[in-house]
Amino acid sequence: MRSWKRPWLSGLLLISPSLILLGVLVYGLIAWTVNLSMQDRHNARESKGFAGLDNYVNLFTNDINDRFTHSLKNLLVFTIVFMVGTLVMGLIWALLLERGARAEGVFRTVYLFPMAVSFVASGVVWRWLMNPGEGDDAGGLNAVFGGLGLDFLQNPWWTDPDWGMAAMAVPAIWQLAGYVMALFLAGFRGIPNELREAAAMDGASNFQLYRRVLFPQLTPTVLSAMIITGHMSMKMFDLIMSVSGAQWITEVPAVYVWQTLLTSDYAKAAAISVFLLVVVAIVVVPYLIHVNRAEKRS
Amino acid sequence: MRFTRQAAVALVAVAALFSAAACSSSEDPAAEKNVEVFTWWADGGEKAGLDGLVAQFGTACPDFAFVNGAVAGGAGSNAKSVLASRLQTNDPPSTFQAHAGAELSDYINADQVEDISAQYAEWGLTSAFPKGLIDNITVDGKIYSVPANIHRANVLWSNKTVLAKAGITADATTLDAFIADLDKLKAKGVATPLALGKDWTQVMLLESVLISDLGADKFTGLWNGSTDWKGADVTAAIEKFKKLLTYSNADRDTFDWTDAEKLIMEGKAAYQLMGDWEAADLDAKGFKDYGYSVFPGNTGTFQWLADAFVLPKGAKNVEGTKCWLKTVGSAEGQKAFNVKKGSIPARTDVSSDGFPAYQQAAMTSWKADKQVPSCAHGSACSQGLQGAIVSAAGKFSTDGDVAALQNALAAAAAQFAAKK
Repeated sequence: MRSWKRPWLSGLLLISPSLILLGVLVYGLIAWTVNLSMQDRHNARESKGFAGLDNYVNLFTNDINDRFTHSLKNLLVFTIVFMVGTLVMGLIWALLLERGARAEGVFRTVYLFPMAVSFVASGVVWRWLMNPGEGDDAGGLNAVFGGLGLDFLQNPWWTDPDWGMAAMAVPAIWQLAGYVMALFLAGFRGIPNELREAAAMDGASNFQLYRRVLFPQLTPTVLSAMIITGHMSMKMFDLIMSVSGAQWITEVPAVYVWQTLLTSDYAKAAAISVFLLVVVAIVVVPYLIHVNRAEKRS
Repeated sequence: MRFTRQAAVALVAVAALFSAAACSSSEDPAAEKNVEVFTWWADGGEKAGLDGLVAQFGTACPDFAFVNGAVAGGAGSNAKSVLASRLQTNDPPSTFQAHAGAELSDYINADQVEDISAQYAEWGLTSAFPKGLIDNITVDGKIYSVPANIHRANVLWSNKTVLAKAGITADATTLDAFIADLDKLKAKGVATPLALGKDWTQVMLLESVLISDLGADKFTGLWNGSTDWKGADVTAAIEKFKKLLTYSNADRDTFDWTDAEKLIMEGKAAYQLMGDWEAADLDAKGFKDYGYSVFPGNTGTFQWLADAFVLPKGAKNVEGTKCWLKTVGSAEGQKAFNVKKGSIPARTDVSSDGFPAYQQAAMTSWKADKQVPSCAHGSACSQGLQGAIVSAAGKFSTDGDVAALQNALAAAAAQFAAKK
C-alpha cells in the first residue's frame, strides 16, 4: 500500500483537528440552527413538529407591528450611512496624509486608534455625547452646539423615529473611518510611482492625476472596505445595546434575535439568525470568489 | 501497511491534542444537606434581605446548609440566561428566584417546576396570603411558587415643593383631576409635569391608566382573556395615555427610571409613576421632599409584583428546598427579608412594627385593597407577551398611533394566549 506515503496525508492529518472543530462548531451548528428555524418550537418545550418555511414567512407577514421589517429598515439606514460615512472620511484622511503631511505617522495613529476601543466602551461615551435634550436640558454635543451659539445644529440624535439610525452610525463611523483610511493609504502606496511621473510628463493636473490615474487603481480597495464595513454593520449589536439599549426605535435584526431568545421563542430567533446569515453571505461570498479567482490569475 | 514518518508524527500530534481536550474533571459529590438558592440578589438592600432570610433559614432548618447561587448583573437578565441553560441541561438549582404570577408560565409550560398547592395547605399559606394574590398566582387550580415579598407598581411620586408652588394641595383621585393638575403645572412653567422613562416605564403608566378606566376586575380580565383588548373602553384609555405622554419629557426613550426620578429630585418635574422601590431609592439618595399617593383613579386597587421561589423538577435536595420554601412563606422569614429589602410581606398577619413609614402604609392597603397583577413586572404576563407589549409601547412613544397600539396589544394577547 504505497498510497500511505502520499504527502497530502500528513497535511490532512495535521489540519484535521481544526477541520473537525470547524465542522462541528461552525457548520454543524449552522445546520442545527437552520433545522431549528424550521421547527414549531416557540417556547422552552420540545418542538411540536416540522413547520417548513412558516417561521420565515411569518417574519414578514405576521409579526406584530411589522417589527421584523422595521428592524430591517433600521439596518438599511444604518448600513448605508455607515458605509458611505467611513468611505468618505477614510478617503479624505488618506488623501491628506498621502500628500506627505508633516508628522504623518502621528496622524495615522490618531485616526486609527478609535478602532482599538471596543464598541461597548465607545457606545457608553457616545450615549452621553448624543444626549437628545435640547435648549435648557441640552447635554453632550447638543450642549456644545448651544454653547457655541449653533443652536440650529441641536437635534434629537438617535431618538428621531425616521433618521435615528443615521445618528447611531456616527459612533461606528468614528471608530472605523481610520481603518478605511489605512486601507486607502495602502492602496495609494501600492500604485507604482512611474504612473504618477508619466501622468506629470503628460501634463496632467493634480485633479486629473487622481481622477484618471490613481482612483481607478483603488477599486479593489473600495470593494474590500465596503465588504468589511458592510458585514460588520449587518451584525451590529454591541454598539446599539450600549447607546440605546434594546428598544423599538433602534431595533435591528441582531438585537431582535436577542430579544426573541430571552422570551424562549427559539424557532423565531433561529429564523432571524439564518436570514441574517444568508444576507451577509450574499454580500461576502461573491467577493470571496472574486478574490480567489484574482489570486489564481496572478 | 507502513506509515511515513511524517504521517506518524502528525498522528501523534493530533492524538495529543485530543487527549488534552478530553481531560475530564470529576465532580465532587454534592453534599446532601446543601440547598442551593439561585437569585440575582447580589448587593444592596436585596443582599441584606437575603441575608436576613438565610439567618432565619439557619434557625428553622438546622438540618440543611444554605448555598448562595446568586448571579449578579443586568437586573436579573444575566441570572435568567444562566438559569435557562442549567434547566436545559437538567442541572437545576435547589430553588430559584422568579417573578410570581404569569411570568412563571414559561417554566410551567416547559414542565420545569413542581406544583406545591399541597404545601400551601400544609403550611397555612392559603389563608395567610390575601385571596386576590392566591387567585392571581393560581394556574389551572395549581400554585407553583412562594412569594417572598410584595412591591406595589401603581404609586405616583411627587416633588412637594413643585406642587406647592403650583397651588396643588390635595392628591388627585381621578384621571381628569390629575390632567387638570398637570395643566396647572404647565401653566406655572413646569416644562415636564410628568417624568417618564423608556418603554417599560411607559407600559407601567399605560397599565395604571387602564386600571383607572376599566376598574380592577376588567383590568385583570385583560390578562386572563375575559376582557377584550379591542373594546372601546380600551381605546378611550389609550387616548388618555396618549394625552399623558404630552406632559412628559420628550427624551423619555433615553431615560431609565432613575433618570426620571432625578427630574423629580431636581424639581424639573412634578410627578412620576413608579413602583414603591422608589421610596427606598429616594431615601438612600437623601431626598426628603417627596410625596406619594396611589395613581389617580386606582384607589382601592393594589397592583402587585413579587419575587418568589419555586421547587424545580429534578431538584437534588427536595426536602431541603421545601424547608427553604416554608421559611420564605413563614411570618418570621417574610419579616426578616422585607424589613431589609424595602418591600412588604405577602402575608397579611405580619406585624408592621419596625417597618419604615411608607411600608406600613403599603401593608395596610395590601390587606384592604383589591390585588391586580402587573405586566411590566411579570405578574400578569409571560416573558413573551411582556416583550411584545414593551416593544409596542416603544413604538407608540415615537408615533402616537392609538389604533396601531391597540391592534398590537390585541394581537400580542391573542398570540401568547394561543401558545399555552
